[in-house]
Amino acid sequence: MLNKKLILAAATAVAVSAGGALMASAEPVDEELVIDGEIPMIIRTKAPEGHPFDEVLSGWLYRTVETRALEADSFQNPGMLYVERGGEIWNTVEGAAGKSCASCHGDAAETMAAVGATYPKWDADAKRPINVELQIDKCRVNNMQAEPYKFDAAEQRALTTFIKHQSLGKPVELDLSQGELQSWWEKGKEVYYTRTGQLNLSCASCHEENNGKYIRADHLSQGNVNGFPTYRFNTGGMVSLHNRYRGCIRDTRAEFPAAFSDELMALEVYTTWRGTGLSVETPAVRQ
Amino acid sequence: MAAPKPRVKIPKSAAAGEVVTIKTLISHDMESGQRKDKDGNVIPRQIINKFTCEFNGKPVFTCDVEPAISANPYFEFTAKVMESGTFKFAWVDDNGETYTHEQAIEVK
Repeated sequence: MLNKKLILAAATAVAVSAGGALMASAEPVDEELVIDGEIPMIIRTKAPEGHPFDEVLSGWLYRTVETRALEADSFQNPGMLYVERGGEIWNTVEGAAGKSCASCHGDAAETMAAVGATYPKWDADAKRPINVELQIDKCRVNNMQAEPYKFDAAEQRALTTFIKHQSLGKPVELDLSQGELQSWWEKGKEVYYTRTGQLNLSCASCHEENNGKYIRADHLSQGNVNGFPTYRFNTGGMVSLHNRYRGCIRDTRAEFPAAFSDELMALEVYTTWRGTGLSVETPAVRQ
Repeated sequence: MAAPKPRVKIPKSAAAGEVVTIKTLISHDMESGQRKDKDGNVIPRQIINKFTCEFNGKPVFTCDVEPAISANPYFEFTAKVMESGTFKFAWVDDNGETYTHEQAIEVK
């Protein structure tokens, strides 16, 4: 106990002497992320052309040392439990056609290796972008003759986590030349910069103009989406990207769009592009 | 949540007298008994209440686990190994079940 007090006293002394530097502690750290000491992750890279930043940074760099350590060890990462669960779903037969994901796609480690880094893609049938969740539903309906998942069903989050995890470490790279994806990128950009809600905030108000600062007790990151679905301590479970969008928009005290609506699909295209070159971190660990 | 499943990570081999790190995790809801369901009824407590680890029959680590411990409890500890043998782990559930896991280590 005495020791603890001493350490506290020392910490206070440092904080006082550092003075203005206190504000700076919300800034990203300068560290490397290597999962299990084996898989090096790109968490800091040169931004693509037309990006407002010079460098894109993973949200991992904005987290505390304890949170960062959890993600670096796949044994400790609680998100890996959902990867395991997703792997079970992958092999489970469902629907009238008597198929599982594995019936067509075989070993996910091979067939899904690029998926997490390259979605959303253009869906020529629906004439709109398609993300991993919607692709799973499309497969379930057309090929398995099963029901699509309800938004944010536990199975949907686990399977999406499992599939995106197969791309762990691969750099995010969208092909915007597919179909009309470029125009959805433009739409997404508009959504990103549009102020909404009683607080009159756009995505950019926090994640572009104020990243590296505190928002109440939390650190604002650049808002890159390369780690979704993400394990959050906040809910003690996996948080899907569209749930996160809705949470952010709700916090501006605006009405929030439905998951997978045109607005949010456009935003997914645009925000995924903003993280171009960062490694897929699914399941990332965040506050 | 699916049935509780233990996971253990220890080195496959070690030098005699080496201190090895043992990491364990079990998937479990750890329902605290403090929560209520939609109708206002208390959700009964169901947690892992005890965790033990022994090596070749000798206790290595044991602890009581309380309701405030989070879901999917994770324990990490160290042990000095002098000889080859088997670590045995046990998690005791409030419902009376015990989940066990064994893992061998070779001492060179």
